[in-house]
Amino acid sequence: MGRDTENLTQPAITGEQLRLLEKLCNAVAVSGDERQVRRLVMDQIKPYVKEMRIDALGNLLASQEKDSQKPLEVMLAAHMDEVGFMLTAEDDREDGIYRFELVGGIDPRWLAGKPVVVGPNHQKGVIGCKAIHLTTAEERRNAFTVEGLRVDLGGGGAKVGEWGTFATPFQKLGGSIRAKALDDRVGVATLIELLKYDYPQVNLEVAFTVQEEVGLRGAKVAAHALNPDLAIVVDCTFAYDLPLQEEDSFYAPENERYNTRLGFGAAIYLADRATISDPRLVAHFVRTAEEKGIPYQFRQAGAGATDAGAIHLQRSGIPSISISVPGRYLHTPASIVRISDWENTLRLIYHALQTLTVDILKSDR
Amino acid sequence: MKELLKDLVEIPAPSGYENQVRNYIRQSIEPLVDEIRVDSMGNLLAVRRKNGAMRLMLVAHMDEIGLMVTHIDRQGFARFVSLGGVMPIHCVGGRVRFLNGVQGVIGVEKNPTSYEIPPLEKLFIDVGAANAEECPLRIGDVAVFERPFLDLGKRAVSKAMDDRVGVAVLIETLRRMEKSEFEIYFVFSVQEEVGVRGATVAAFGVEPDLGLAVDVTATGDTPKGHKMEVRLGAGPAVKIRDAGMLADPRIIHWMVQTAEKAKIPYQREILEFGGTDARAIQLSRSGVPAGVLSIPCRYVHAPSEMVDMEDVENAVKLLLRLLQTPPRLDSHS
Amino acid sequence: MKTNHISTLLKKLASPPGLSGYEESIANEVETLWQPLVDEISRNRLGSVLGFRQGAADPPRPRLMMVAHQDAIGLMVSGMREGFLRLTEIGGIDHRILPGQLVQVHGKRTLPAVIVQPPHFLLPPEAQEGSVPLSYLWADTGLEEKEVQRLVQIGDPVSFGRNYIELGSDLACSPSMDNRASLCALTLCLQELKGRRHAWDIWAVSSTQEEETLGGAATSAFQIRPDLALVIDVTHASGPGSPSHKTYPLGKGITLGWGPTVHPRLYEIFKELAQKLEIPFKMEPMPRYSGTDADRLQTVAEGIPTMVISIPLRYMHTPVEIVSLKDIQRAARLLAEFAVGLEIDFMDKMKWDETPKT
Repeated sequence: MGRDTENLTQPAITGEQLRLLEKLCNAVAVSGDERQVRRLVMDQIKPYVKEMRIDALGNLLASQEKDSQKPLEVMLAAHMDEVGFMLTAEDDREDGIYRFELVGGIDPRWLAGKPVVVGPNHQKGVIGCKAIHLTTAEERRNAFTVEGLRVDLGGGGAKVGEWGTFATPFQKLGGSIRAKALDDRVGVATLIELLKYDYPQVNLEVAFTVQEEVGLRGAKVAAHALNPDLAIVVDCTFAYDLPLQEEDSFYAPENERYNTRLGFGAAIYLADRATISDPRLVAHFVRTAEEKGIPYQFRQAGAGATDAGAIHLQRSGIPSISISVPGRYLHTPASIVRISDWENTLRLIYHALQTLTVDILKSDR
Repeated sequence: MKELLKDLVEIPAPSGYENQVRNYIRQSIEPLVDEIRVDSMGNLLAVRRKNGAMRLMLVAHMDEIGLMVTHIDRQGFARFVSLGGVMPIHCVGGRVRFLNGVQGVIGVEKNPTSYEIPPLEKLFIDVGAANAEECPLRIGDVAVFERPFLDLGKRAVSKAMDDRVGVAVLIETLRRMEKSEFEIYFVFSVQEEVGVRGATVAAFGVEPDLGLAVDVTATGDTPKGHKMEVRLGAGPAVKIRDAGMLADPRIIHWMVQTAEKAKIPYQREILEFGGTDARAIQLSRSGVPAGVLSIPCRYVHAPSEMVDMEDVENAVKLLLRLLQTPPRLDSHS
Repeated sequence: MKTNHISTLLKKLASPPGLSGYEESIANEVETLWQPLVDEISRNRLGSVLGFRQGAADPPRPRLMMVAHQDAIGLMVSGMREGFLRLTEIGGIDHRILPGQLVQVHGKRTLPAVIVQPPHFLLPPEAQEGSVPLSYLWADTGLEEKEVQRLVQIGDPVSFGRNYIELGSDLACSPSMDNRASLCALTLCLQELKGRRHAWDIWAVSSTQEEETLGGAATSAFQIRPDLALVIDVTHASGPGSPSHKTYPLGKGITLGWGPTVHPRLYEIFKELAQKLEIPFKMEPMPRYSGTDADRLQTVAEGIPTMVISIPLRYMHTPVEIVSLKDIQRAARLLAEFAVGLEIDFMDKMKWDETPKT
């Protein structure tokens, strides 16, 4: 089956994993057309899985060899789709210029003046904006809106309905990675890595989901079909750990709304807008991290959602938790993650799966 | 019933962390039902079996709105977000109790330019710690409003009337009921305040033929209040609609006819905002006719919610009658 | 004449009020019309009407679900003062169209009424300028207070006055064209299927409460578990003040939805079919969601490949909605030819390119 269970004591991020992540990040797969990533993943996981299938919405569902002695069925999920845009109409005046609408939560103020890729053939283009010389100071006080911006492909060739996204190439910056779509290609890469190992009490079902960015749709139907004992979602979550601007009155100022911070390890979710993590799973992950000395942080509760939001409400309920890699500037042309945070996330989930037993669900939630 | 209500409202149990109140409820009702269990999400399900009868799911939610700590600053002040619909206007100067027993007060940053209601991000909890090291709180700790039960005779005031009063109605109904026309699942649900989540999975598991939620509703009888016809003291309310659902007309008819026959006062309720567990039941699987028996409540989601004890008593009376009267679900008018 | 027949059918379907949640009148009409066209008629537990046509192939037969929502937007009595009625909405309505609207209050009897806006000196300062919010408008039945209290109660539905107008040779105008125009197309499709052979089992669904919860279609789909689902709804036709890049001309064809809610293979197949049948159509981009029953339908149970076909409609969610009879006919024809053309192994065509061979 190709799984190496003897030599590696725990997973690691080496050149091999970085090269895979690069391929994944450079692929274009906006919510609604996840083909490119799905194909890449299928190639990668073939040696490590017994069964693979694609469901009605396009989710890729895979499972390791099922061992009936193993009492726990665990679902891992990461989403294949990224945020982007769809060409919605040709501009009335110029050829090769298109109106577009956003797919997923993108702040329009990050869009102007960026290179983009459109369509299955990665056609190159830009989201341009008028030269500053042709603007007034008054005008520049107002933010750009999607209604006012256009995708310019420098000539025809693209069709209304095609998807596109940012054209940022993957790049390693010392101990960090800068790329687009780290949300959630880093999760996808993590799942691929985890599939290479064997877990004593756990039959692993892996869902590479679609359409997370437009409403957790793939995860909903995947969870309904798999109906596991519990689920672990691996995503990439915002890090707003930037410096403050203003001075506080009496004390030195602190950024209190960082959500997560780069360099502080795997982010464990307690609660977001869509899910209150099962406390039994939270306790298990915290225990595992402490015992193995893996750096971890609690993602601040409040906004946001992951596939767990849809998964945990399926059928009669599925105990769920999300563990994410912190990332800066998600849903913008260029995001940044720390390789150490990724490695710690990978290791934390690996060890948590290794030590999972059926006792975890014995006590009432 | 006041004693029962007092016990229930004073237990701290915010969305996602309902164990304490669930234990209390379980102890109260275990001897009264044929089966009882806790599902994977923490809902408490208690069954009065009756093979072959229509299956009715009654639901009241155990959780109350609460707060979760997101950050402890160097000086030991705690920042937080809400679990459920906590409104900033109800927080400033209020007291909170954490599940680990720690108590504190909610303070607010000064706004030099206006007295507008600040958003939650400008509030913080002060537990009297000198600095972060001495602060007994951690990121993720959860708290609820701290307000004792207040007996005003005809009326009662407390935090968490939403929906402990519904829980009390169900428990009291269980205590007094004799036979019924239905097989009844008494469901005490979790996480209603964050999106009727508990009821969603409970309804899928129970597969009822009809569903009835018992929850609070707002009133229109306070100075320049909501534009609503519901008033405290005019009886429990039969919900026609809220922002989450249109109650099934057959269920409305069933409730109204039963109340009129038994001469129990009732009101017809339209709520232009909000939702209840009944929505989750209505949309479950192939659909379930669903409605709501509402308890009028002033100041919903404030630390001091007020109900009328006669309304509560009449709600129990109406529910007991409903359990003896099968509805007509075949026709739709 | 073909379009006369369509207009007559459309008028029949547009007439019953059938407000979301109070749909008995339209459900009964649909049942009456569909009874001779299907093998079995039934109601889902929430009230959707289900019409079943058995396929001709040997079992096990795959299932096709075609759904159009039957409910319409309107208002509801939320309070009474001195014989005047306060109103709340069912579904989304621009309040500015309400002053002067003729309505029907469905109390113990159907009472005609008019919605009125008070003069400014009877309004609080914050409501005097600009458009008056719904909570300050009244419905006046013209009856004395005692009569009103006897005949009307809180929760009674209030529908727009029925007024079906033919405009020119192709257009029809009435309240509730959203979505009765689609129901008309679905009914015409069933009329066509009556004389034709189809391999698949076909479920025609007239769904409840689309305007409120999208609940009718999803719960019906959970019951039926179709292999494919087609949603017929209306989309925005071009008109005064509407942006041209988001609207479609009346009478010039239907739209085929494209986006995450729609299965891309289904779109391709419908596109080819429409071209073959010479039915004019446009692709309607739906980058995030469709705003139709498809949004909940697609993720029912283990997921259902879904298609959205839309009929352009001008002045949506007002009492004067306009559609083209020709467009209704086009939609009906497309649905019927698709259903008839479904081979027993059609689902093989729905496999994703990279589906692993087992």
